[in-house]
Amino acid sequence: MTAYERKPLSEVDLSPMRQVGKPLRRVDALGKTTGTTVYAGDFEMVNMLHAKVFRSSESSARIVGLDVSQARALEGVACVLTAQDLPDARLATDMPGQTGQEERKGSKAPVLASDRVRFVGEPIALVAAETLEIAERAVGLIDVEYEPLPGVYDPLEAMKPGAPKVSEPDNVVATWKVNKGDIEAGFAQADHIVENTFTTHFVDHAYLEPEAGVAWIDDQDVINIRVCTQVVEHFRSIAEAVGVPHNKVHVQGTMIGGGFGGKEDITVEIFLALLTKATRRPVKLVYTREESILAHSKRHPFIITHRTGVTEDGRIIAADIEMIANAGAYPYLSPYVSLYATVTANGPYRIDNLRVDTKAVATNNPFTSAFRGFGAAQSAVAYEQQMDEVARVLGMDPLEFRRANYLETGDENAIGQEIESAVWLEEEATRALAALGDRTPDDGPVRVGRGFATTMQSYGRIMWFHDTSRSWVGMEQDGTVVVRCGAPDVGAGQVNSLCQIAAEVLGVGLEDVTVYHSDSALTPLAGTTTATRQLFMSGNATLKAARMVREVLVERAAEHFEVEPEAIDLAGRRAYVKDDVERELPLSDLAKMCAADGMKLQHLALFTAPFTDQLDPDDLHGDLFPDFTFSAHAVEVAVDTETGEITLLKSVGCHDVGRAINPTAVEGQIQGGSAQGIGWALMEEVQVDEGVTQTPSLSEYLIPTAKDLPKTQAIILESGTGVGPFGAKGIGEPSLTPAAPAVANAVADAIGVRIPDLPITPEKVLEALDRRRAGG
Amino acid sequence: MQSEMVTLTVNGRRHEVPVPPHATLLQALRDLGYTDVKNGCEKGDCGACAVLLDGRAVNSCLVLAWQADGSEIVTGAGLGTLDDPHPLQEAFADAGAAQCGYCTPGMIISAKALLDRNPNPTEEEIREAIAGNLCRCTGYAQIIEAIQRVSE
Repeated sequence: MTAYERKPLSEVDLSPMRQVGKPLRRVDALGKTTGTTVYAGDFEMVNMLHAKVFRSSESSARIVGLDVSQARALEGVACVLTAQDLPDARLATDMPGQTGQEERKGSKAPVLASDRVRFVGEPIALVAAETLEIAERAVGLIDVEYEPLPGVYDPLEAMKPGAPKVSEPDNVVATWKVNKGDIEAGFAQADHIVENTFTTHFVDHAYLEPEAGVAWIDDQDVINIRVCTQVVEHFRSIAEAVGVPHNKVHVQGTMIGGGFGGKEDITVEIFLALLTKATRRPVKLVYTREESILAHSKRHPFIITHRTGVTEDGRIIAADIEMIANAGAYPYLSPYVSLYATVTANGPYRIDNLRVDTKAVATNNPFTSAFRGFGAAQSAVAYEQQMDEVARVLGMDPLEFRRANYLETGDENAIGQEIESAVWLEEEATRALAALGDRTPDDGPVRVGRGFATTMQSYGRIMWFHDTSRSWVGMEQDGTVVVRCGAPDVGAGQVNSLCQIAAEVLGVGLEDVTVYHSDSALTPLAGTTTATRQLFMSGNATLKAARMVREVLVERAAEHFEVEPEAIDLAGRRAYVKDDVERELPLSDLAKMCAADGMKLQHLALFTAPFTDQLDPDDLHGDLFPDFTFSAHAVEVAVDTETGEITLLKSVGCHDVGRAINPTAVEGQIQGGSAQGIGWALMEEVQVDEGVTQTPSLSEYLIPTAKDLPKTQAIILESGTGVGPFGAKGIGEPSLTPAAPAVANAVADAIGVRIPDLPITPEKVLEALDRRRAGG
Repeated sequence: MQSEMVTLTVNGRRHEVPVPPHATLLQALRDLGYTDVKNGCEKGDCGACAVLLDGRAVNSCLVLAWQADGSEIVTGAGLGTLDDPHPLQEAFADAGAAQCGYCTPGMIISAKALLDRNPNPTEEEIREAIAGNLCRCTGYAQIIEAIQRVSE
């Protein structure tokens, strides 16, 4: 249907929701399925150079000599940059982009290492050459002399006095504490005290698209960078590191081939900016898979100890929780990841007497930063296993025990923030477990077990970041709609959601809306695509802007029909009088009338999250997040007690998403997020030996294939109580969070012994069974 | 060794290009502008670069361009366009099978090769056929559903 064709009004959906809530084909889908979508690595420019990064082979060493003369002399090499050439090139490793938030002290790291390297893969020099082959040869000609320094790889070792210093003064890059009630008094009243330690490990995002970008300088002396990033607003940090004003760096975000937090920190774009500035030529840099695994952040390994005091009737009356996060060589987002873990340490349970003590500790390992779930996923792995263990000690059913302790709307979380939205944990858990259906029987040595987990995960950023988003909505004279919003699209349907919202408000179809996105200069700044925030933030900004346009259209239509504005509605590409549908006007005519009268049909809206002040890290108390999504995941597994092999038989995720803007997309989040959680629990591990990654490619770092996973059934509940548009909550991260602990609980159920250290591999299963047989 | 001329027919277009001996078919195709053939690992782990080589699905990173001399190659974009999509491209779009979309062209090539030899595959046969194509976004359920929609 072209913009001018309209179905008869009798065939138009006039229900209250015409676009929102429908499983419509995403607007970005056909471009992707036909191979039309152009990704960051697909661009070429005339006169373009190719870049490579020379990286440290040592995890802890002093650089005592660096000779790039042979590389510089190689024919076809345009430029070699070292720290010597860039004395001021330092980047903040935390607080990507965004607002005017102050940097944390000590968070700046040199773009290129000068005298000291702290992890294998740390960048030391940049090369730009006429061809990729020459750039690769030049990197091979760089000569570096290291003097090895003692390294430290275990965060517990790193905290000891006299440990090698990775981060001054004591390797502790963040500390968070919660002190609520009186835990000693609580423990004194406990009938049982249950203590367990759980650990998680390094995980790679393993997005299918390795980091890539092209940069060039234009006729206004602006450094343009076309790159796949979750944060186009890194342009500010890039400008400062390169030494140009903020308005001389322009990040043009592409459709992203997966991010999951790994493209939240700066990747190739800083190197591209430096090289294009040095050479005044376009430069392209694409990571190989191996370089991607070496260069970008990992999920934080955590060591989490729970000591839980319960009464005989199943009430938790005290909990003492200690968390140590392995921050790797530089802080990056470790302070915030560990804050998320701290605030969710006790899960979605009411605990009046609570102490949480969390530290993020620097080591000479790959640096760790954002990864879907952002610390709250690691805390869930611990608290949901602990809940099952406590239930076992009490002899209670795991759901029965949880039910006695679930938070309810109006309750306060660990740090005293009141939960205002719906908390449907019990229904979610009940429905997820019921959907598993009949229990698969054991088969000889193959034991079947079931487990579930119920979790809480925030959506929207920490409120003391003072988060904002902007969106611009306009109607063209043929009645079609343009949305301009700087939100990057990681593939989860960010752009499509904006489209469905604008279409809903303006009475058009998705095919009538074009969304321009992800551009730091040409689209209004919308903040990061992280923290499950885009639907909440940019969805609300787009809703607000679209409503401003609608108001003008309705006003003009009311004047035309000589009725009150309340009598007008927009649907099916027309304005019409609600109780006299014969009186209708095509939006194309109405938009032209507005234009002729000089009425404004283009509006920029600003949406601000609630703003709060920073909380005291030594005594966290107050409001921190805009809201939470509450979730359940249940699985059934079969464990072969002879081989240790674990097969996932059934998987169900049940989430209250507030409002599903597009149910197909929500289902996709639940299935894809849980797949990452299951992979984390059972098979994925970046194995690091003294700082050296032993799983350098996708041959060793195994993620689930189509043969490893059953279909995850997605059960979508809609309480309508979220703070997103139309009552939506967020689902990007919450989809992952309950899956891994559900798997861990199912394996423990199957074999009768708990494996507290992820990933749960066949070797660990056999070891645990041996231990049990030996009576250990 | 020097480059030699190879003839590649890609999506019906004939190219004669000089290619060095170590160049993979993936590199040759991307250099020719077929950027819908995605580079995810360059060693056959991920399947993002899958193309039909004389009707068979192959990882183009594991084929030398010289080995493909004289062959007919179909890439994901060769199956259909925005104006005239292939039924698999339609089904993937409708079922939500493309999230970030980076694995999608290769995934659809594997699905096409499967349906060409087995128009009514079982779910297990579909899983087997796409086991060499990694997807990090979907958990595969909507991909399998899309292929089933076309096979029915």
